[in-house]
Amino acid sequence: MITTEILVIGAGPAGLMAAIHAAEAGAKVLLVERADRLGGQLIKQTHKFFGSKAEFAGERGMDIAEKLINQSSDISGITIWKNAVVLGIYPDGVVTISYEGAFCTARPKKIIIATGASEKTMAFPNNDLPGIYGAGAVQTLMNVHGVIPAKRILMIGAGNIGVIVAYQLLQAGVKVAGIVEAAPQVGGYRVHAAKLQRHGVPIYTSHSIQSAHGDSCLEGVTISKLDEQWQPIDGSEQYIAVDGLCLAVGLSPLTELLWQAGCEMKFAAELGGYVPLRDANMKTSHENIYVAGDVSGVEEASAAMVEGKLAGLYVASVLGHKKDSFTKEFQTAKSQLSALRSGPASVKICTGLSKVVLEEVG
Amino acid sequence: MRIVNHPILTFPKRDMVTFTLNGQTIEGIAGEPIAAALHAADVKVLRHSHGRHRPRGLFCAIGNCSSCLMTVDKIPNVRVCTEPLRAGMVVETQEGKGKIV
Repeated sequence: MITTEILVIGAGPAGLMAAIHAAEAGAKVLLVERADRLGGQLIKQTHKFFGSKAEFAGERGMDIAEKLINQSSDISGITIWKNAVVLGIYPDGVVTISYEGAFCTARPKKIIIATGASEKTMAFPNNDLPGIYGAGAVQTLMNVHGVIPAKRILMIGAGNIGVIVAYQLLQAGVKVAGIVEAAPQVGGYRVHAAKLQRHGVPIYTSHSIQSAHGDSCLEGVTISKLDEQWQPIDGSEQYIAVDGLCLAVGLSPLTELLWQAGCEMKFAAELGGYVPLRDANMKTSHENIYVAGDVSGVEEASAAMVEGKLAGLYVASVLGHKKDSFTKEFQTAKSQLSALRSGPASVKICTGLSKVVLEEVG
Repeated sequence: MRIVNHPILTFPKRDMVTFTLNGQTIEGIAGEPIAAALHAADVKVLRHSHGRHRPRGLFCAIGNCSSCLMTVDKIPNVRVCTEPLRAGMVVETQEGKGKIV
């Protein structure tokens, strides 16, 4: 049995920040990561981040990952386990973990769950053909492993991920046949959409995919135009020959451990699905379980980092590790989060949050 | 295919190893996910589903979705999107749920 003060589950942007800030305050942290490297999905983000300087604006996601990973390795209060999958959280406080293939148990005082999210798919005929990928999968293949997923790709979804990954496909030398978006306008950052248009990539707004075609692998896709009620217009079908289809249609939080531990959950479509109820300090309905990042509602990585910082600082303080600068740092992080959520693009996020964030306690 | 030129990223040359797919020899980079090596060799069909034997490939690439299960060194249901490649691995397209000996 391993004993630690804080167990942080997941070493993406939220988990790394939580571990760093809790350990800096003086807490002993065990940081477990299921993959064989730290950084979560930051490692494949080759684009520069928005936000303010405090959230590393202007830096590429992969460079932010490197900074946070180095920082977490330099702090003696953090023990890092890679290739470590958390299996369950039990009522007596014991957490079971498969670490490098061995069965381990830990008994932390507090747990911060930062497991992130997984990509959604879409219902259409032949949506299981090889050659149809989540947008994140394509980023992983290209930006982490240096492998091109297909020769010519159609992107579904013109939100931030759709436009960013479409541009990254061009950078990797893949032809982008177009971007299909059901809404009448592009949802992603203008700057990215404009880059694509300069490269002659057509953006099909008010369009949706009807079906995919192919024998053993994807060979083409039929799209059609949508009317004002978002219904396909008969006769508007067009066939696009592609060997790759990329779905950028959102993410849903990876909440299995929260359900299993008995945290109270609520459906908030704006946040990607079921998320845990929590207070403004990221504490769930479970006395010892906190959350940070996409598992508590899908947002940008910048917000995940700030949530991680909040959770890390707060949990450490609950355990008696309160820095002199705690109040100032904590309030600054809260203002950062409000600033990140103040734009018109964040209205949806705020609506979702209003359903699941309980009144601040204490 | 592998990326040769990229405006932001560099992919240093690394040692290639060989492994087999259904008996055929393929080259890949030691330590990269098996799925990356297969994609570099233009192999996209990784298994056939157990109900209708439909071809299935890679979907999430980070160990979430279980679309990429293959039989590796006789062990079925290996997520090849996260399983690192080693020299001499015996990789097979998985049929259905695979054979558990």
